[in-house]
Amino acid sequence: MAIKILTRNLNFYYGNHQALFDNNLAIEEGKITAVIGPSGCGKSTHLRIYNRIFELYRDQRAEGEVLLDGKNILSPGVDVLELRRRVGMIFQKPTPFPMSVFDNVAYPLKLHFKLSREEIAQRVEMALQGASLWDEVKDKLRSSGLALSGGQQQRLCIARAIAAEPEVLLMDEPTSAIDPVATLKIEELMDSLRERFTIVIVTHNMQQAARISDNTAFFYKGKIVEAGETKQIFTNPKNRQTEEYITGRFS
Amino acid sequence: MKKKSLVPRKIKDMALRIFSSFAVLLSVGAMLWILYTVVRYGAESLSWDFLFHKSQPYGSVGGGIANALIGTVLITFGAAAMAVPGALCAGIYLAEFKDHRKLAALLRFSANVMMGMPSVLVGLFVYVILVVPTGKFSGFAASVALAVLMFPVVMRTTEDMLSMVPDQLRESALALGMTRTRATLTIVCKSAKNGLLTGILLSLSRVSGETAPLLFTAMFSDSWPTGYFSEPTANLPVLITEYATNSPFEVMHQMGWGAALVVTLLVLAVNLITRIFFREKKYGN
Amino acid sequence: MGKKDTVFKLLCTGFALLSALLMLGFFLQLSLAGADAWKTFGLNFIFSSEWDPAAERFGALSAIVGTLATTVIALFFALPLAFAAALYLVDAAPAVGTVLSHAIDLLAAIPSVIYGMWGLFVLAPIMQDHVQAFFARIFKLENPGNGFGIFTAGVILSLMILPYICAVMRDVFKMTPAVLRESAYGIGCTKYEVAKDIVFRYGIRGILGGVFIGLGRALGETMAVLFVIGNLMEMPHSLFDSASTIASTIANNFAEADGLQRSALFAMGLILLAMSFGIQVLAQYYLHATGAKRGEK
Repeated sequence: MAIKILTRNLNFYYGNHQALFDNNLAIEEGKITAVIGPSGCGKSTHLRIYNRIFELYRDQRAEGEVLLDGKNILSPGVDVLELRRRVGMIFQKPTPFPMSVFDNVAYPLKLHFKLSREEIAQRVEMALQGASLWDEVKDKLRSSGLALSGGQQQRLCIARAIAAEPEVLLMDEPTSAIDPVATLKIEELMDSLRERFTIVIVTHNMQQAARISDNTAFFYKGKIVEAGETKQIFTNPKNRQTEEYITGRFS
Repeated sequence: MKKKSLVPRKIKDMALRIFSSFAVLLSVGAMLWILYTVVRYGAESLSWDFLFHKSQPYGSVGGGIANALIGTVLITFGAAAMAVPGALCAGIYLAEFKDHRKLAALLRFSANVMMGMPSVLVGLFVYVILVVPTGKFSGFAASVALAVLMFPVVMRTTEDMLSMVPDQLRESALALGMTRTRATLTIVCKSAKNGLLTGILLSLSRVSGETAPLLFTAMFSDSWPTGYFSEPTANLPVLITEYATNSPFEVMHQMGWGAALVVTLLVLAVNLITRIFFREKKYGN
Repeated sequence: MGKKDTVFKLLCTGFALLSALLMLGFFLQLSLAGADAWKTFGLNFIFSSEWDPAAERFGALSAIVGTLATTVIALFFALPLAFAAALYLVDAAPAVGTVLSHAIDLLAAIPSVIYGMWGLFVLAPIMQDHVQAFFARIFKLENPGNGFGIFTAGVILSLMILPYICAVMRDVFKMTPAVLRESAYGIGCTKYEVAKDIVFRYGIRGILGGVFIGLGRALGETMAVLFVIGNLMEMPHSLFDSASTIASTIANNFAEADGLQRSALFAMGLILLAMSFGIQVLAQYYLHATGAKRGEK
């Protein structure tokens, strides 16, 4: 079993407030890993270290190691632009850029690669098909990305993220702002993306975690309480806190 | 896929960061340069006589700016006395009475247009409605002109500040059985008091340095401002203009700088004190 | 509603109506006072650059050109600076950003007559000795100018309008949702790319609103321009020529003018009012869509 991301002794601070304590976690390559836990437990915080997006805020600080293919991404020599191409991210709310559907997907391609017009058009179509959105938008590629429905917008963001051929996809509660039918579509989509990408999804929805993930990590108060195969975590948790949380006897 | 080189992207990025810092430095630097110039040339003029004696007729040596200083204060406070009460009411109308939305939108639009009104046109306007009929230039006419400039600013800030007061506060005041008038004046306006004061003081500091509207209303005078309602009234901005542009004498340029320093200090002092005392407090005490 | 409430409401409505009445009053009064000039010269008043008080021939074209030229120069310098400065201020550490924002806002608090003094005694000599001499050498101009003219006025105006544009842009940038910026950085954008492709596009309407606010300020500014533009009622041929703007012409000539010349000045006032009104309408239109404030702080 190949390990894509290995976190070692990871601590995280918002100013003087410590939010993560000694996180150790292995993310398997080509699998979906769900990160669950009550709100405020640090699961999003943990995810936002993998592409160093937290660095946009000057009072946030991470200590420890996050090894992507064995290389520590937190070391200063790592190029953050290239890191973020390799590690794409999907946010809670859909975030189409203020441009057309086509340009939304073409944007990261133009940013990172030297491509001809035809190649771009071809790859945009591939990405939109990969995100199961092509059939719905192929006739309105030139209209604004903001004109799509919420679920479509989120799939557009997934298409945008996979266009640049990342290796890892981080998803921060990607369905929390979307209706149940659209959520189901995105879950199906994630299933189809399995193996092509290593996916880490933060979710507060336990059924979702159980449905789609291969592995699960349970966070509580900034610590990783238990991590392992999803089947084992949901049927036979080793830790009492994990059990209480997944059975809903826990706030 | 063939990767793009990161180097040109990073160079552009670096260029933007450098230009951004440069833009801030340049803006702040220009501000400091202007202030430095005013202080450097103006400080030489400052003296007891300069501040407490009236100005001399053109060509005579000596004299001060006391008459112009008093005139400016008179004209400015006259303007505030005329503009503020009405502007507060007008702002209250926009923020509190929402039964004619189209009318309110139109009035808000007019106020915004009036805020952008070139001040020299305000001078012309008041010249025609006040100076021509009475046949007299006066400090009062100048006050009216500045009041026209203040009115829309205070009106719009009042609306903005009152809109930030939460609706629950209004509702709870009305639930206590207060009349709408009483609730608005005692509860809503009081809780937005600091914001309203900020708006008034900042607009006051702004108009006190206005020159163009005074050229055809207050004009200029070498005497004490005894005829506020009926005579040309001395004031600092026009004094600066006269001394700086209409005189070849170094002495008068020097006095112009002194007056410029006094105006700048007055305006910036009101501005800074307002900002520091009421900073970041949108409403509440 | 009680009686008191009715009275209070009427009072407030009355004062609010005053803003609209004032606006109408300006149009009406400037039209009436300039009627003679319009009757005498017709629309030719706008298209003629003749200004000869002795022969009673008046045209506004050179002043209109002067107004537009100074305004364009002012925007040319102020826009990129305001945009870049606003980017810096929004991303700066809160304490630093606040102090620097206030410092830039102070530029707007300095009275325009002070800008005029500074322009007259400091900037114009520098322009003459260094900037214009430099351009004269490069382009082999015969007449490098004396430092008083369109270019110097434009530079001063750019400093005066910069804080207004910058304040509006700060507002607009702050309204870009954090998650949108994050997702742009998340696909590997640099700060430059986020500014150009995301923040700028997202806030384009508010930015346009800010541009028009600055434009309105520059068009109508009187004193700072009056001190440095040279006040020459002739069609300018180069950026370094002395010229005049509508506002400076009114301020400079009104006191001595009578009869037809006075009417011509009012007619110019109406042209300025119309320009200013048009620009305010555009500014309102764009700012309304974004909810940004006008930069009056």
